[in-house]
Amino acid sequence: MTAPRERAIVSLRSAPSLPRHVRIQYDPVRLAFAVLAPEKVFWPNDISLDILRRCDGQSTVERIIADLAADYDADPQDVADDVIAFLQEWSDKLLVKL
Amino acid sequence: MSKALLPPIGMLAELTHRCPLQCPYCSNPLELLKANLELDTRTWLHLFSQAADLGVLQVHLSGGEPTLRRDLEQLIAGLSARGVYTNLITAGVGIAEGRIEAFAEAGLDHLQLSFQGARPATTDRIGNHWGSHEKKLETARRARAAGLSLTINAPVHRHNIEEVPEFIDLALSLGAERLEIANVQYAGWALANRSLLMPDRAAVDRQADIVAAAQEQLAGIMTIDFVTPDYFAIYPKPCMGGWARDAFMVAPDGTVLPCHAAQTIPSLRFERFGDRSLAEIWTDSPAFNAFRGTEWMREPCRSCERREVDWGGCRCQALAIVGDAAATDPACIKSTAHTRMAALVDETRRSKTAGDDAFIYRRIGRDFDGSYNPRR
Ligand code: SF4
Ligand code: SF4
Repeated sequence: MTAPRERAIVSLRSAPSLPRHVRIQYDPVRLAFAVLAPEKVFWPNDISLDILRRCDGQSTVERIIADLAADYDADPQDVADDVIAFLQEWSDKLLVKL
Repeated sequence: MSKALLPPIGMLAELTHRCPLQCPYCSNPLELLKANLELDTRTWLHLFSQAADLGVLQVHLSGGEPTLRRDLEQLIAGLSARGVYTNLITAGVGIAEGRIEAFAEAGLDHLQLSFQGARPATTDRIGNHWGSHEKKLETARRARAAGLSLTINAPVHRHNIEEVPEFIDLALSLGAERLEIANVQYAGWALANRSLLMPDRAAVDRQADIVAAAQEQLAGIMTIDFVTPDYFAIYPKPCMGGWARDAFMVAPDGTVLPCHAAQTIPSLRFERFGDRSLAEIWTDSPAFNAFRGTEWMREPCRSCERREVDWGGCRCQALAIVGDAAATDPACIKSTAHTRMAALVDETRRSKTAGDDAFIYRRIGRDFDGSYNPRR
């Protein structure tokens, strides 16, 4: 099997973004934000949504962690673990670009 | 119904039944609609807008071949203006210069391209269209160049199941984000051709191993979604996520249906958009309510702990094999007809010698009396 591409690994310097086929959309019928992807609709919780919203291709993972730790008044190390695990999982599913 | 009715999330719009290919497993009905019965642009746009009001978040634009609609750009733009996610399901043959770029510009979110085979000869033979493989490769390249994300869809059956590793390579080489290995579902034309399409058990087992290994190896590189074959299963799939539960489809003439094969159930009457609004059909149509939820179920489904997992499986498969649309899907091991599925697999093995030319190729206006001989 040829594998011309490589699995991306989250680092503090990655600047994640949403690929073209993934979109955050407010749903006025269900009064919630949905993440739309091919053949899938996700209903992220507040924290996941806050992470995904910051995936703008500019903010680094380090920056996202610092922002969220400030917003939630939480321990940066705990936030870091959560954010990195979340982004790795979404990257592995090709739903976030690193 | 025991629970409040939820709004639909997804909609499959079969814009046309016209198609340059003639796949013998096509999920369209045997009686294909001609172009003059298709809804016009305004009506589709009107329907899409009602779908968005109703809560639909994703629309799959399909067919037939949806790019044969000259107004496809307009339809995509209409959906996109309402924030609806658009997925174009195309065979990728004969798309005019500049149109893929126009789809992208109109706001298309994703493109799904089918390959009948991983080898050119297989693609051309299964779709009965010479040179189609080459055209599909070109479509994939153009889609990538237009910045679109790509799913490669591989409908799998006896004549290409050994090409699964090659499908994986093909999808990787085309830069696809996603590959769908979809074992053919035996409804529509696939049911008419079942004895020629059914793979054997050993090949199905090999395929499952290959896919599982590739899924692990390609994490973060390409997503592989695997639609397992019903005839080899223990439990059924939740057809369409459950009858009239979170998705529906619309035929080219505006008939609103719970699933592809729903029209094969003779006791049901389906309504057309225009005669009634989409919301009325979704909520009140007797055909939608016939198998919605769990109230309609009999044993063994009624008291089964999986009844809200698979919703009793596929009604059309129950009808086709058990002769009763309200029966438990025979794909389920608890169905008294479950062994009939295995028997059908074995029967087709015995008739394996039939040549490919024996396919009933999908064709509009084909003189087809609707009855089929599964043994051919
Ligand atoms: S399955 Fe084949 S024949 Fe049917 S619509 Fe798709 S490409 Fe056309
Ligand atoms: S008995 Fe019915 S509900 Fe239970 S697994 Fe089988 S099909 Fe599903």
